[in-house]
Amino acid sequence: MSAPSAPPTPSSPGAERAGHPLLRYLVRRLGVSALLIIGVTLVTFVLTNLVPGDTVAANLGQRAAEDPAIVAAYRAHYGLDRPLPVQYLTYLDNLRRGDLGESQQTHRAVLTDLRSAVPATLEIAIGAIILSVLIGVGFGTVAAVRCGYLADSVLRLVSLVGISVPTFWLALVAYFVLSFQLDLAPGSGRLSPATTPPPDITGLYTLDSLLSGQWATYADAVAHLMLPTLVLTLYTVGLLTRFTRTAVLEVLDQDYVRSARAKGLPERTVLLRYVLRAALVPILTVVGLAFGTLLSGTVLVEQVFSWPGLGSYGYQAASHLDLPAVMGVGLFVGVIYLVINLVVDLLYGVIDPRVRVS
Amino acid sequence: MSTAELIRAGGIRARMRERIPRAWRTPLGITGAVVAALWLLVAALGPLLWPHDPLAQDLPRLQAPDGAHWFGTDELGRDVLSRVLAGARVTVPLALLLVGLSVLVGGLLGLAAGFFGRWVGETVMRLTDLVMAFPTVILAMVVAASLGASLVNAVLAALVVSWPAYARVTRGLVLGVREADYVLADRLLGFSAARSLRTDIVPMVSGPVLILASLDIGTATLLLSGLSFLGLGAKPPTAEWGSMVATAINHFDAWWMGLFPGLAILTVVMAFNFLGDALRDALDPRTAGVLTKAETR
Amino acid sequence: MTGAPARPSLEITGLTLRIGASEILRGVDLRLAAGRIQGLAGESGSGKTMTGLAVLGLLPATARLGGSISYAGRELLSMAPRERNALRGTEIAMVFQDPSTSLHPMLSIGAQLTDHLRHHRRLDRAAARGRAEELLARVRIPDPAHALRRFPHQFSGGQRQRIAIAIALACSPKVLIADEPTTALDVTVQAGVLHLLRELATEMGLAVLLVTHDLGVMSAVADRVAVMRGGEVVEDGERAQVFTAPAHPYTASLLASLPGAAHGVQSLDDVRALREAARE
Repeated sequence: MSAPSAPPTPSSPGAERAGHPLLRYLVRRLGVSALLIIGVTLVTFVLTNLVPGDTVAANLGQRAAEDPAIVAAYRAHYGLDRPLPVQYLTYLDNLRRGDLGESQQTHRAVLTDLRSAVPATLEIAIGAIILSVLIGVGFGTVAAVRCGYLADSVLRLVSLVGISVPTFWLALVAYFVLSFQLDLAPGSGRLSPATTPPPDITGLYTLDSLLSGQWATYADAVAHLMLPTLVLTLYTVGLLTRFTRTAVLEVLDQDYVRSARAKGLPERTVLLRYVLRAALVPILTVVGLAFGTLLSGTVLVEQVFSWPGLGSYGYQAASHLDLPAVMGVGLFVGVIYLVINLVVDLLYGVIDPRVRVS
Repeated sequence: MSTAELIRAGGIRARMRERIPRAWRTPLGITGAVVAALWLLVAALGPLLWPHDPLAQDLPRLQAPDGAHWFGTDELGRDVLSRVLAGARVTVPLALLLVGLSVLVGGLLGLAAGFFGRWVGETVMRLTDLVMAFPTVILAMVVAASLGASLVNAVLAALVVSWPAYARVTRGLVLGVREADYVLADRLLGFSAARSLRTDIVPMVSGPVLILASLDIGTATLLLSGLSFLGLGAKPPTAEWGSMVATAINHFDAWWMGLFPGLAILTVVMAFNFLGDALRDALDPRTAGVLTKAETR
Repeated sequence: MTGAPARPSLEITGLTLRIGASEILRGVDLRLAAGRIQGLAGESGSGKTMTGLAVLGLLPATARLGGSISYAGRELLSMAPRERNALRGTEIAMVFQDPSTSLHPMLSIGAQLTDHLRHHRRLDRAAARGRAEELLARVRIPDPAHALRRFPHQFSGGQRQRIAIAIALACSPKVLIADEPTTALDVTVQAGVLHLLRELATEMGLAVLLVTHDLGVMSAVADRVAVMRGGEVVEDGERAQVFTAPAHPYTASLLASLPGAAHGVQSLDDVRALREAARE
């Protein structure tokens, strides 16, 4: 083997250490996200102040609203008597200190309300997203690989039905059939009426009961989790199956897959290493979107199952025009979504090296 | 679908003319078309089909389905079948309206953003970013609550959350087409911006956007009925499927109250999804079936 | 030129191919010999690429093949899929036209060089790395040790194709199908890749099938030239003879259509000179 005789060709910048471009990419994305969060607060603020209905009347009741002194006191208490831009800046300032205001309905700090509502939703949302990704991506890949065969047609039909079912209706039907009629699943709420909640460590009943060694409570919490989680999963599975199928089909057509086969690699390796890796980028995008639809779905599902989560809280707040609460929910959800998108973007950088340089 | 595929799929009108008939022939496409047509008929014919007045509360309450009342009666003594049929007049046209408006608003903004670029493009894109920073139902819920619960406001709220997707897609398509040779040639020939848009760009872009819209009718239906379910859309006593399911929660025993309206939603959404899929498959051979696998290079 | 060629490494006899209603190949005969480059020329649609794919067995599932492809005394067309797969990469390898799409954009070239190496030859990580570095050095990629960790988009077109060649040759196959290996490359870079192929063929005793529509490429490195048209081989002879005295009128018309043919192509050197001129 002779030493290379041609002069070395310069490689592209930033190629030397993979860490650097990734870090720069992360910082850039964080910056954009910070701006977006400010935008989110603005949007929620504007929206909640669009209210033609009078929030004061909605929360004080008819008679109290007719008394100017009470109204004035109410408005002063919630800072509603100051000009809008001042209200906004005050809100931002309070945010900085971690104060999300006081709910006009529950008269507790919004932060406290959120602290108890969020874990409830997280329990079903996390379970649903994990299940959906595993099943959806799996189904989608099978459908793509067996394109044109029976498995493909069946899976396409199933996923099509999945995205056509109204979530709130499915929740009702599932609850009726499985819990009410067949007694296979427990009733509404996070725990059976007789069970006391575990000590509040994280707010997640499952984790808390595990950490406290209360096995019976754990079993009860899990049993109650299952139905809402499964209902939420259906739509997302449908979505993920469809998109994964499309993504994988596109990749299967690519030259580099053919190259992999030309090397004599076993089909399983080609699929896992070459196909899925490339398809992962569009799939990740959809997983991010799916999380969004999942959060949306919780609003509907929590109504049916009397689940005291973020969805219920948000709905109560919205229908009563409880401005601080609505802003709290809007802000929180917006931030969560932003974080998800950020994580997805980060993962892009990890999976696809070309992204790091752009 | 990527921009390139969308352009490829949508830009060729002749292929569309020849392929759409073929799409109808697939079993799913046919089923979808038939069911959708049936519902449109139900909506159109309206009162002619209703066995009872959907608002009249003169029947025995909470009767299970039987010979006289196929879908039973509700808690106020109204015939559920009539209400379900009447619901078609609310949901179906509104869903179509919503999609139409989203295409219009989103499409126009996206056209402007893609064609004129610079600060117009940036503003529109930041706007879409902001709206898309929230999960759809939650944002729609907040907007609908702010505006006050009514069908019109529900549609408006849904519009607010639906237009960004179309704006983004349209902008992407326009960006792809804008630099095409024939477009540049026409500009050199002295075409004004308006003319260029009308004759060169819009025809290329409208195809893919319409495909997206057809796939979106189902989603629009689910969103609108979801908002009504939450009490933010149709107000009583209007017969609307989502709100009927909501009422059914309080009358759990009367399973027929919730089952049938939900089934109605399901069938409508499925029909439009089947249709949309068949349409898309006909125009984008790659995701179709084994028929086209043989057409390799 | 040596005496009569040794027993062919790969022999294609009466190969036919149907996909759906189209007859793509109508009886193709070719012989590949160790250390020699067999050119396969023709316009688009002549079936030359399909011939290459048929040897590797990379045609779509709906393809119907007939005839015979014989390698080391074994009939490829009637082989079980698992056996056939065992030959890919190890005995018969392929280099594709566009290195910007035939290399996986998200896997390091080290990974793409070593995964089949480790699978077929059961090498451990260190041994595979060593071999990969050797291969990169052989195809003249600078700084092989660091190059292994880089990704395809960080290399130029010519370098990517050389990497693709290195990948193809990793397990020391006996037969190499090169499908338009220089078509997607800059004219200035093509010569380098072609000469590399020539060297490797001689050095490793590779039997090479060089598929291309570019007669100039053929003239640069092929030992024998076959011309395809409409799914059949219409001419097959030694390079010098085909270029100076083609037997088939189609070949003659192809040669006539070369730029500068009006000036009269008397010899292969003229052809080469014309190509050099075209580059400036």
